[in-house]
Amino acid sequence: MSAVIENHHEDHDHGPAKGITRWLYTTNHKDIGTLYLWFSFAMFLIGGAMAMIIRAELFQPGMQIVEPEFYNQMITLHGLIMIFGGVMPAFVGLANWLVPMMIGAPDMALPRMNNLSFWILPFAFLILLSSLFMEGGAPNFGWTFYAPLSTTYAPPSVTFFIFSVHIMGASSIMGAINVVVTIMNMRAPGVGLMKMPLFVWSWLITAYLLIAVMPVLAGAVTMMLMDIHFGTSFFNAAGGGDPVLFQHIFWFFGHPEVYIMILPAFGIVSHIIETFSRKQLFGYSSMVWAMLSIAILSFVVWAHHMFTVGLPLAAEIFFMWATMLIAVPTGVKVFNWVATMFRGSLTFETPMLFAIAFVVLFTIGGLSGLMLAIVPADFQYHDTYFVVAHFHYVLVPGAIFSIMAAVYYWIPKWSGNMYDERLGKLHFWLSFVGVNVTFFPQHFIGLAGMPRRYPDYSLQFADWNMVSSVGAFLFGFSQLLFLFIVLKTVMGGKKATSQVWDGARGLEWTVASPAPYHTFSTPPKVD
Amino acid sequence: MNKGAKKTLIKLVVAVPLMFAFGFALVPLYDVFCEVTGLNGKVFQSEHSDDLIAEQGRPLSLQFISTNNENMPWKFEPSVKVLKIETGKYYTATFSVKNTTNKKMTAQAVPSVAPSNAAAHLKKLECFCFEKQELMPGEEALLPVKLLVSNELPSNIKNVILSYTIFDITDYNDIELASNQIVME
Repeated sequence: MSAVIENHHEDHDHGPAKGITRWLYTTNHKDIGTLYLWFSFAMFLIGGAMAMIIRAELFQPGMQIVEPEFYNQMITLHGLIMIFGGVMPAFVGLANWLVPMMIGAPDMALPRMNNLSFWILPFAFLILLSSLFMEGGAPNFGWTFYAPLSTTYAPPSVTFFIFSVHIMGASSIMGAINVVVTIMNMRAPGVGLMKMPLFVWSWLITAYLLIAVMPVLAGAVTMMLMDIHFGTSFFNAAGGGDPVLFQHIFWFFGHPEVYIMILPAFGIVSHIIETFSRKQLFGYSSMVWAMLSIAILSFVVWAHHMFTVGLPLAAEIFFMWATMLIAVPTGVKVFNWVATMFRGSLTFETPMLFAIAFVVLFTIGGLSGLMLAIVPADFQYHDTYFVVAHFHYVLVPGAIFSIMAAVYYWIPKWSGNMYDERLGKLHFWLSFVGVNVTFFPQHFIGLAGMPRRYPDYSLQFADWNMVSSVGAFLFGFSQLLFLFIVLKTVMGGKKATSQVWDGARGLEWTVASPAPYHTFSTPPKVD
Repeated sequence: MNKGAKKTLIKLVVAVPLMFAFGFALVPLYDVFCEVTGLNGKVFQSEHSDDLIAEQGRPLSLQFISTNNENMPWKFEPSVKVLKIETGKYYTATFSVKNTTNKKMTAQAVPSVAPSNAAAHLKKLECFCFEKQELMPGEEALLPVKLLVSNELPSNIKNVILSYTIFDITDYNDIELASNQIVME
């Protein structure tokens, strides 16, 4: 965590308060960013431990380690914790740290709400995790909580799950509102919309997506709550409701949610590739338009998650084409990243390695997504490990690699110290090998027909599952190295200059390293 | 906070409950959408109309399927499994039902038609699925459905399946079964 810094530019400036109250009462965007990032790291480790349990059980066919009921709870909590506790808060943390500094604002627009939106989050996850110790166990219906599995057949703890999703939703919505108000109103003079750094653009779009869909998720869980406790029949066929309706509402939230977890990654990777190519980013405005089109398209593709529920042919064709259309703006982005690197004077520091791996592996995940978009093929792939491989390719070496890249890239600015480059590279290569060994074989076992979400499987899937588990242990335990590297950097190391990276552009590099507690109290001059 | 920021904030804060309401609005919107397009294989009650009756109909086989929802102990079967019919004529099919338990129970049958684009052409004048069925312990009943398949049924369809799932709604007795009471043209 950043040390106390004396700021000599402003007389009335003061550093942070001492002790625990600094963190409880803080309204400083940098403190709150740090809180979010550490919280997400903790959740990443907890969700990761659950993944280790899952892969340990799947190491061999047959039931070895856990009960099937517990396995179901693990897959559910792993998904929920990684999405709502790992990836999303990490991006909010990065937004808190970086957005004000990148647009030359002194802080977020709504600092008190910022504090609130962080501090309700630990309670949401405390409630969710406490359900593990309740009678009937934790939620066991998968992170997509399809009705009636999550209503009629749910364990009693489902009510706690619903409440915790409400709190997570409230936190995300407040965070998103804060980001939009900050970006729309607090840019330094001269920072026009089309001059904003791409990370800021990506977060502006993400925040709008969050405001649009998180309330719909809240609505879906509220309907569940009413079905369970107040005798309504939104999703209950016996009372005239429809379980398929649940899937429509859920995926109306769920698909934009997918882009909420990847758009900020696009922003991060654009900055890093630009820096280490020592060139201006290729195609800035097309990057912005690509992100906007992806965001808009994300609202009209939801039913591609439901091709097998019995949609009419016309709907299947519409959702297939709309989904495939997303490959166009995504392709533009990948093209631009490659074009930025083309003839650049490249160096391969840890953030750049993660960013390049992001481009390559995210593209693999995108291509398997394209395969899943094909309706007749999806009938075969639906709910197999092919789907698991697909979304882990876009989320782990996609979203999570981008977060790690961001940490390595900006940690000198946050802590004032350079990380250990040798250890960073070691962490990268362990993660890179681990991720591919884990998830690539899942394509094969998926195509061979292994269904997802089962604790046991037929013998013909045994070999690749064992390979996958070995990869998962490698990836999982190398994240402890990441923790060590971050702690080591925060506690000391080579001092960073304010520029840090010779090719870096942007306002955040004009302030000292570590960034003073208050930056841009007077707006900077931007030409 | 400056004026612009306040304006943005107010807009966004208003957007949140609106989107929450939109989530709930999806429920009726979804029903209306299914009704208009005839998707989801939902069949609604229609009124008698001479226009539907055709002199020269096409032969068609109408298949009946009955399913018991989980925990529904009643015996529930179609009297005939397949009916050879012609389009544009009224027929009455029956399902036999028996309460095999020793307590009074209420049931509701929910219909579905496959293929789904046949649903709009299947016209039901009467159907036991439009109302709740209440049977005493051991009581039996013959439940009628009076229907017609319109001549406008796409000609590639040679076989229409009408399936019913029967639910135990004894505990839901006071709930209006809105979705089955919509009257359509």
